[in-house]
Amino acid sequence: MSSLLSVSGLTKTYGNVTALNNISFELPGGRIIGLLGPNGSGKTTLIKIICGLLQPTSGTLTVEGNPIGVESKKVISYLPDTTYLGKSMTVEEIIKYFRDFYEDFDESRAYDMLGKLGINAKDRLKTMSKGTKEKVQLILVMSRRAHLYILDEPIAGVDPAARDYILNTIITNYDENATILISTHLISDVENILDDVIFLQQGNIVRYTSVEEIRGVEGKSVDSLFREVFRC
Amino acid sequence: MSWNLDSDRPIFLQIVEHIELDIVSGALPPGMKVPSVRELASEASVNPNTMQRALSELERLGLMRTERTSGRYITEDRQMIDDLKNDLAASGVESFVSQMKKLGLTQDEIIKLIKEKF
Repeated sequence: MSSLLSVSGLTKTYGNVTALNNISFELPGGRIIGLLGPNGSGKTTLIKIICGLLQPTSGTLTVEGNPIGVESKKVISYLPDTTYLGKSMTVEEIIKYFRDFYEDFDESRAYDMLGKLGINAKDRLKTMSKGTKEKVQLILVMSRRAHLYILDEPIAGVDPAARDYILNTIITNYDENATILISTHLISDVENILDDVIFLQQGNIVRYTSVEEIRGVEGKSVDSLFREVFRC
Repeated sequence: MSWNLDSDRPIFLQIVEHIELDIVSGALPPGMKVPSVRELASEASVNPNTMQRALSELERLGLMRTERTSGRYITEDRQMIDDLKNDLAASGVESFVSQMKKLGLTQDEIIKLIKEKF
């Protein structure tokens, strides 16, 4: 399978701090990949560079052969770790906004998921709890028919029951050629849906392997391997 | 997790075991059409690729067959299902007996216990 995202020799420094140190990897299509690492390991920096929100210090990235830019943004659906939507907007207004902005946005899918999670589209974001806001953002991101979904901490603020629904939404709603990159600390919640994991440590990729290999060869869960690799 | 999968053993193997049990117990009767990979993946809360791998393994074992256009079916070979039942029973008894031996029970004591509990 040809690669969806190709990263080569990527370095990012902030002053004299190295956030990413000459990393190279490829993401194929049709996989769910966990991007795991302790705080400050470079996960969000890497994600922001892939999404074109930060410029790399050096190195090259391509998405389906194109450099980061208009073409790459068309096929990447990104869930940031912060809120960026207007607080006084209603969900309905935001959906219209997304429909205008992204040609791959599937409105009916968004309303369907909102209904299942019991969220009223007429509600304004500012009246919602933190967890509900997170659900809305994730619904918007997953309602695009993108090729690469990048989810930065998608389930951190939601309750366990909604977490199960969201993970189920992720595995049932994505196109089989699309890839999902999930950054999270809640490893035990997501590990059964992952195909592969990337372990990031101080700006280096220390492991990129399939999770069934971790279980089969090492007889460990991803969660316990993580605790072992990153023992403090 | 509706299927109670452990995270420290390969998920696809646990799915294979789970479905084997369903076939032996008759929850998935011979000749039944198997739901789609997506439906099963959603039910078990696992990745569709993992479910796909488990179903391929079940096919390789002969417990399922694919018909080119209409989907997957549970085998109608009852002999094969009986063989599987015997295998699963044998390995269950084996681990039970070794556990009881560790506890220091004799064969007579084990049989007596089983008769009491059955």
